[in-house]
Amino acid sequence: MNQTVVSYLLQFEPIKKLVLSLSNLLGFNAISIVSFLIFLIVILIVVGFLATVGGLGTYAERKISADMQARIGPNRVGPYGILQFLADGAKMLLKEDIIPTQSDKFLFYVAPMLCIVGVFGTIAVIPFSSGFTILNFNVGLVYLIGISSLVGLGVFLGGYGSNSKWSMLGGMRGASQIISYEIPVVLSSLSIVLLSGGLSFSALIGAQGGWPHEWFIFHNPFTFIGFFILFIGSLAETNRAPFDLPEAESELVSGYHTEFSGMRFGFFALAEYIEVFVVCGLATALFLGGYNVPMHLGGDGLIGQVLQVGSFVSKTFLLYYIVIVTRWTLPRLRVDQLMTMCWKYLIPIAMFNLIMVGLWMWLFDGRSLFTLLFKSASVASGAGH
Amino acid sequence: MSTSNLDIYMPILILLIFGVVLVSATLLIGKLIRPNNPSPVKNQPYECGEDPIGSAWSVFNMRFYVTGLIFIIFDVESALMFPVVGVFKDLNDIGMGGLVFMELFLFLLILAAGLAYCWRKGDLDWVKTYHTEKGQE
Repeated sequence: MNQTVVSYLLQFEPIKKLVLSLSNLLGFNAISIVSFLIFLIVILIVVGFLATVGGLGTYAERKISADMQARIGPNRVGPYGILQFLADGAKMLLKEDIIPTQSDKFLFYVAPMLCIVGVFGTIAVIPFSSGFTILNFNVGLVYLIGISSLVGLGVFLGGYGSNSKWSMLGGMRGASQIISYEIPVVLSSLSIVLLSGGLSFSALIGAQGGWPHEWFIFHNPFTFIGFFILFIGSLAETNRAPFDLPEAESELVSGYHTEFSGMRFGFFALAEYIEVFVVCGLATALFLGGYNVPMHLGGDGLIGQVLQVGSFVSKTFLLYYIVIVTRWTLPRLRVDQLMTMCWKYLIPIAMFNLIMVGLWMWLFDGRSLFTLLFKSASVASGAGH
Repeated sequence: MSTSNLDIYMPILILLIFGVVLVSATLLIGKLIRPNNPSPVKNQPYECGEDPIGSAWSVFNMRFYVTGLIFIIFDVESALMFPVVGVFKDLNDIGMGGLVFMELFLFLLILAAGLAYCWRKGDLDWVKTYHTEKGQE
């Protein structure tokens, strides 16, 4: 049930031989040591990749917004300004670290850490491909939703611990927004669990296919609505515009991270941009077919894995682009509008959706709309002949 | 040859420790190269250049209490529903889909009734308005 990248790699002969020879050398079963080393290497690769994605996310955000507003954007550091994020990182590292005297020192230290730890925890279950998933947990979805709430805690404690009125307002808004929007996200992912019959990402993705008509978003009309509920809820959970009330720069200075300077602010920003990738990956895995490749192209070998990673990452980046474009298109909501939208629109619609998906599952035995249409079309043409 | 049971939790532990170490190490390295010139004015909380008036930790009505309570109800509900929807497909395959669906429907119906009650009472509004009776001020 629980598969890891190690159990995938152990299929190959050289690694088996390495474990055996190490075991003989040390005199005990070296599988734990080898899996620790493999995990460490893979985690370093994935974290490095995601940190780059987070950094390039800030660059993409500035460049795309510049494009939309007929500006040039960052263009000095490196070709087309693409190294801007490294320069920003170096600048943040060199900035003075100011801790307000009246703040709660412990909470001030721990808040950016909680954000980073919460986001890093979710990395473990991101399904890049059928083999290259660090940990294919049998309760992967529950784990991801659970551990990503640590980010909300970090946002709230950052706002509370600063002892500044702007931060306090931002942190309070952040906490209420993040916990409220968790419910529509969970409800619409429940409908996908209902259709696929498993909580691990391999089961959720395995129930879908490579072609768009096999994806869960086009499974039936209710999952189509469910995708947008999940996407809107994810935007709110990551504090992205139009739901960026916790850091609303035009009303709350900078919201929950007003008092954080230098690298501490950098960690909040990094956590946010990686979390956007994670929630886009979640939407891809649940609704857009995940890592499935059409016609099972490339097979189960290395080429197939590379194609699967490409399929997953390209869909995720497409959603990432939509998230950025949304930020520069829509105006920010008011707090009461935000709460109205969540509790009076999204949650009732999500509950209705869940019931209707259950009904669909029961009546049509889990067949998708396209399957039913093809079937009725073939029956009709058969009757015509 | 397979990994033992506890080995699967190793990546989670590594990632969590990695997060803590990354933050602390970066801040420690930064401490060696960044300037450090604190002054009483610089260490004040930011309040648009004015001297801050009072502490931010004051009594603060946020309508947060009720939102938190409703959230907890819904969160427990979704936690209870995960196992039910997880077995829905298996039970549907052996012809018991109707039973599970009715259970799900009843469960959600009770919740929807609770949500409707909160809605009617005005607990979902961010700024709660107390409706006055007609003729009274």
